[in-house]
Amino acid sequence: MKLVNGLVIGGLIFLGCNQQQTSSSSENKTDSVAAPAPAPVISDSLKAVLAKGQEVYNKHCVTCHQAGGDGVPNLNPPLTGTDYVLGDKTRLINVVLKGLNEDVEINGMVYSNPMPAHAFLNDQEVADVLTYVRNSFGNTAEGITKEEVKAVRAAK
Amino acid sequence: MKNLFPVAAVLAALAITSCNPAPSASKISADPDNAGLKLPQGFGALKVADSIGQARHIAVTGQGDIYVKLNRLKDNKGIVLLSDKDGDGKAETQSSFGNYGGTGISLKNGYLYASSNEAVYRYKLDDQQHVTDTAKPETIVTGLIDRRQHNSKSVVLDDSGYVYVNIGAYSNSCQTEDRTKGSQGMQPCPILDSAGGIWRFRADGQNQSYGDGIRYATGLRNVVGLDWNTTNNALFVMQHGRDGLHDLFPDMYDTKTSAELPAEAMYQLKMGSDCGWPYIYYDQFQKKKILAPEYGGDGKKEGAPNAEEPVVAFPAHLAPNALLFYTGNMFPEKYKNGAFVAFHGSWNRAPEKQAGYMVAFVPFSGGKPSGDWEVFADGFAGMEEVTSPGQAKHRPCGLAQGPDGSLYISDDVTGAIYRIIYNK
Repeated sequence: MKLVNGLVIGGLIFLGCNQQQTSSSSENKTDSVAAPAPAPVISDSLKAVLAKGQEVYNKHCVTCHQAGGDGVPNLNPPLTGTDYVLGDKTRLINVVLKGLNEDVEINGMVYSNPMPAHAFLNDQEVADVLTYVRNSFGNTAEGITKEEVKAVRAAK
Repeated sequence: MKNLFPVAAVLAALAITSCNPAPSASKISADPDNAGLKLPQGFGALKVADSIGQARHIAVTGQGDIYVKLNRLKDNKGIVLLSDKDGDGKAETQSSFGNYGGTGISLKNGYLYASSNEAVYRYKLDDQQHVTDTAKPETIVTGLIDRRQHNSKSVVLDDSGYVYVNIGAYSNSCQTEDRTKGSQGMQPCPILDSAGGIWRFRADGQNQSYGDGIRYATGLRNVVGLDWNTTNNALFVMQHGRDGLHDLFPDMYDTKTSAELPAEAMYQLKMGSDCGWPYIYYDQFQKKKILAPEYGGDGKKEGAPNAEEPVVAFPAHLAPNALLFYTGNMFPEKYKNGAFVAFHGSWNRAPEKQAGYMVAFVPFSGGKPSGDWEVFADGFAGMEEVTSPGQAKHRPCGLAQGPDGSLYISDDVTGAIYRIIYNK
């Protein structure tokens, strides 16, 4: 199982690089050169994870954060290009499990609506949706595994 | 006879002076594209200013100057004064002051009132309605609750020396766990002691807080738009209705129902009014006050029989951010004493398309609605269909009436100020 997760994460990294290649190939040569096309098997696993993540997203996240992850000005934070999403995994997992009700400032705008706790999602669902969010809307970051979610949940 | 000439000249000059301050509408013409807006036949629009910051509520002086409250500080200032020196309708000069962000701003009896998210200040005005000392406002009200959610403190004044302040509920529906799926409502809702209503204070009091004012009306989740109706001498408010019926109670409400409920309601208030939040919401299809699912409701059971009935029920989630009763003489008779409502535009109607992003009009007669509401000014978003509010180019947020009867509309996306005129 660990091996499978490793492969999935590897695939995610490749996917991220590919996305960058298409969106800004001239700016990020190092990444684009270093990124070979992912093997079909991994790509399929990855697609499956993203599809499952999107399903969770559409059920529990889309109302506030919007289909494109751009959020709502002054109310609900965007999920694009922010360290909250792309940075520390533990903090991100905790936002989903425990919610967040404090000033969030992103690119000069402050967001006021509280995020409710989503601890009712199981470890796999949290991992899937965060992997989806970290690799959608122009984001590219390492995926999150259900083991990582489990560890954060246990530490609370 | 000769001696009378100077007197006549002085009188004439006085007449000119007293008529002059309001730039004459005849000198003002609409922008060729009506500033991108769609308006009823005969109306035109011009953009007075743009890029001034997150423009929330606005107030226009007898001289046609515009005070704008900014949600967040721009260049460390929270109030902008726009002036049109040459009378072409475009603001050439702007100055700014005030070290706090916020929403509320209002002119009354020689003072400018403005609010932060926890206090109300006022500034003495000179005979040109300019602030005499921008650095030293009086603190009228202080210590109001600000827990981030619904924290804007809109203000309006009556003719009896009172200022009315909205204190929005720091909650969606007073659940034990706010906005959390399946969480039940607190009974009674403890938020209502210090928020979720309209508080009244002396307009000339100093450093008043909860104990010095009265809770004028309760059971209002969040009011951003409010105005004093001089026809029946009553306070009218626009409530932002609750969110998330489907997200919180998916077994009871599907996504379409959740997108269309509840109504954004206009209420006429009196001292002691209770509009029912959080125990009920208004269903504009059943035309009933429906018990909230957090309090045992099922979408059909009614509740709060003594709660006020709305005077107008608008579609759900449009976010009414300003209310203005039109008392000017520029617009056709139909608009006299009617209500303009600025809708900021929805964010939680997905998967239905978002809606609002327009200014509506409701005709009134004798202080009561006399017809259905209609879209008055549209096109702010700059696109036919808004799927996510972040896409909207402009969002209506504030309303004010100019001395010549023009209608001013503020936008808090880029900070545009629109002026609507009627070409007779």
